[in-house]
Amino acid sequence: MIEEPLLSVRDLRVTFPPRRGRPAVRAVEGVSFDLRRGETLGLVGESGSGKTTTGRAVLQLQRPSAGSVRLLGRELTDMASGDLRAMRRHMQFVLQNPYTSLHPRMTVGQILSEPLAVHRAVPPNRRAERVAELLSLVHLDPKVVDRYPHEFSGGQRQRIVIARALAVNPDLVVCDEPVSALDVRTQAQIVQLLSELQDKLGLSYLFIAHDLAIVRSLAHRLAVMFGGRIVELGDADRIYETPVHPYTQSLLDAVPIPDPALQRARLARVAPEPHIPRHEADLSPCCFGEDHRATGRPRWHEVGPGHHVSCHFWPTAQAGADGANAGQG
Amino acid sequence: MSDAGPLLQVRDLTAAFGRAGAAAPVVKGISFDVAPGEAVGFVGESGCGKSVTARAILRLAPEGASVTLGGRVAYRGRDLLQLPAREMEQVRGRRIAMVFQDPMASLNPVMTVGQQIDDMLRHHQNLSRRAARRRTVDLLGLVGIRDPASRADDYPHQFSGGMRQRVMIAMAVSCEPDLLIADEPTTALDVTVQAQILRLLLRLRHELGMALMLITHDFGVIAGMVEQVFVMHRGEIVERGAVDAIFRDPQHPYTRALLAAIPRIETARRSS
Repeated sequence: MIEEPLLSVRDLRVTFPPRRGRPAVRAVEGVSFDLRRGETLGLVGESGSGKTTTGRAVLQLQRPSAGSVRLLGRELTDMASGDLRAMRRHMQFVLQNPYTSLHPRMTVGQILSEPLAVHRAVPPNRRAERVAELLSLVHLDPKVVDRYPHEFSGGQRQRIVIARALAVNPDLVVCDEPVSALDVRTQAQIVQLLSELQDKLGLSYLFIAHDLAIVRSLAHRLAVMFGGRIVELGDADRIYETPVHPYTQSLLDAVPIPDPALQRARLARVAPEPHIPRHEADLSPCCFGEDHRATGRPRWHEVGPGHHVSCHFWPTAQAGADGANAGQG
Repeated sequence: MSDAGPLLQVRDLTAAFGRAGAAAPVVKGISFDVAPGEAVGFVGESGCGKSVTARAILRLAPEGASVTLGGRVAYRGRDLLQLPAREMEQVRGRRIAMVFQDPMASLNPVMTVGQQIDDMLRHHQNLSRRAARRRTVDLLGLVGIRDPASRADDYPHQFSGGMRQRVMIAMAVSCEPDLLIADEPTTALDVTVQAQILRLLLRLRHELGMALMLITHDFGVIAGMVEQVFVMHRGEIVERGAVDAIFRDPQHPYTRALLAAIPRIETARRSS
C-alpha cells in the first residue's frame, strides 16, 4: 500500500483582487505537489514567483481562491475557523527575520509557553518542563528562559523561533527563507539543526528559499516556481544534476560558485540567460511535441521517474534551440 | 611595471563609533593598497568592519552614526582624512564613487531617474542641461537599460530592483572614477539578476579602466570578480592574498571556517 502523503496540494490558486486601478494579480496559478512524512520539499524561485504566497496559502494564512490543500487527510480550504485553529498545531512556520518575529517584551519562557497554552498541548504544571525540553532541543541552555529576545544573536533568535514552532509537536513546518538574514556560518548551523530535528522528530518541511545552494543541502525533492506555476518538480539530486526546464537551468547557471576559476568562466560566458516570456502564447504543439488542446491533458510532462516539467514558459525558439537566444542581453 | 604607485594607500586606518575618548572601535588599524585598475574584495561577516572601512575611505559614516577616523587614506598620495571638506567633495563621486546594497534608499523617489543623473552631471561637470541629458541617456545605455531615452523619464519605483541598481551604477560611473567601491551591490537581488550586475561591473571595470573594491559576505560573489582578497574579522584584516591562493589554501582558521560553511550547490544533503 502506498502511504498517503502528509500534505497534498492540488491546483492551488491565489488571486489578489484589483486595487487602486491596478488589475488583479494572479500570484499562484494552479500549483500541485505532495509532501511525504519526514521529507523536505524545496520550493525555489525568484521574487514574485509566488513561492511565499504558496506557503501562506498552504497554512491558510492566505485563503486560496481555488484548489485543495489536504493535511493529514483533511481538507483545509473550506474548514471552519475553529477547526482550522485546532489543525494549526499540526502545521507551524518559521519566517525569515528573527528580529521581528519575536515579541520584544516577552521572555523566552513566555514566548515558548504561549503556544502550549493556546493549544492546551501540556497541562499548566508541566509547561516549564516542556519549555526547558524545547530549549535543549534547539541547543540553547534552558537557563535562558528569563531573558529577552534582544539579548540573543540572530542565530540564537532563529533557534528560539524554531523551538516555538516545535512546541506543539507539529507534523509540517513551513520555513520561508529561514536563514537568508543570517551570516554564512550561522546559516550552516541552522541548516544543520533543521536537518537534525527532522531526523529526530520525523518532521516534514516545505522549505521556501531563493538560495539554491542552501536548498540543496536540505531538500529531498525540489519544486521550481516561475510566474505563479511550478515549472519543474522532482527528486532534488536529479534536478540539480540534470535540470530540464530552461528557467531551472538559468537559475542554476546564475548561482555564484566559490571557486575563482569556475566562477570567472561562468561570468565570462557570453550567452545571457534565455529570455523566458512571462505570458506564453498557447502554442500547439508544445515544446514536447504535444498538442494539449487536442489531447486535453495538462501541460505537464514526465521526463524521468517522478521528474516532471511544465511546458509553460518555454523560450519561444525551441525549433532550432541551440544558439537561438545568443546575442546581447 | 608601472611606477605610478598605488591608487589608494590605506595605513593604520581606525574607525570608532561615537566621539573620541568614549568610542567603540570597529576598525582597528588596517593597512592595504589598491593599484590603479585593480579589483580587490573585502569579505567578512556582519559587524566585521568591512562596510565601515569602505565608507571611511570617503569619510562617510553609516546612517545615524558618528564615527571617529584615524590613520591615513592616501589617494594618489594625498591623505583624504586631512583634506578640507571642499576638496573632499571633489574626490567623492568624481574620483572615487560608491554603490550600496539598497538602491531605493539612495534615489530620490519624487524625481525621475534622468533628472537625478542630470543634476549630478551638471554639479560635477558643469554641463548644460541638454548636454547633461545626452550624457545621461548614454550612461543608462552603457549600464544595459533598454530604451534609455524614454526610461530616463521614469521614476525610481517604475524600475525593478536590478534595474535600479543599474541606475545607481550609471550614476556612480558618470564621472569615470578611478575607483568604484561597491558595498554588497547584489545582496538584495535575485540570483539571475545578481549574475547580470556582476557581469556589468566586470565589463565597466575593463571599459573604463577603473579599480574596483567589492565588499561582500559572499565568497561566491568575490570569486570571479577580484584579484586580491582581504578577509576581515572583528575590525582587522586576518588574511590577505591572491584570490586563487585564498580559496585553494586558506591559512587563517577564520578564513577556513568561513569557506567551510559555504553551502555548495554541487553537494547534496548528507543524511539518507
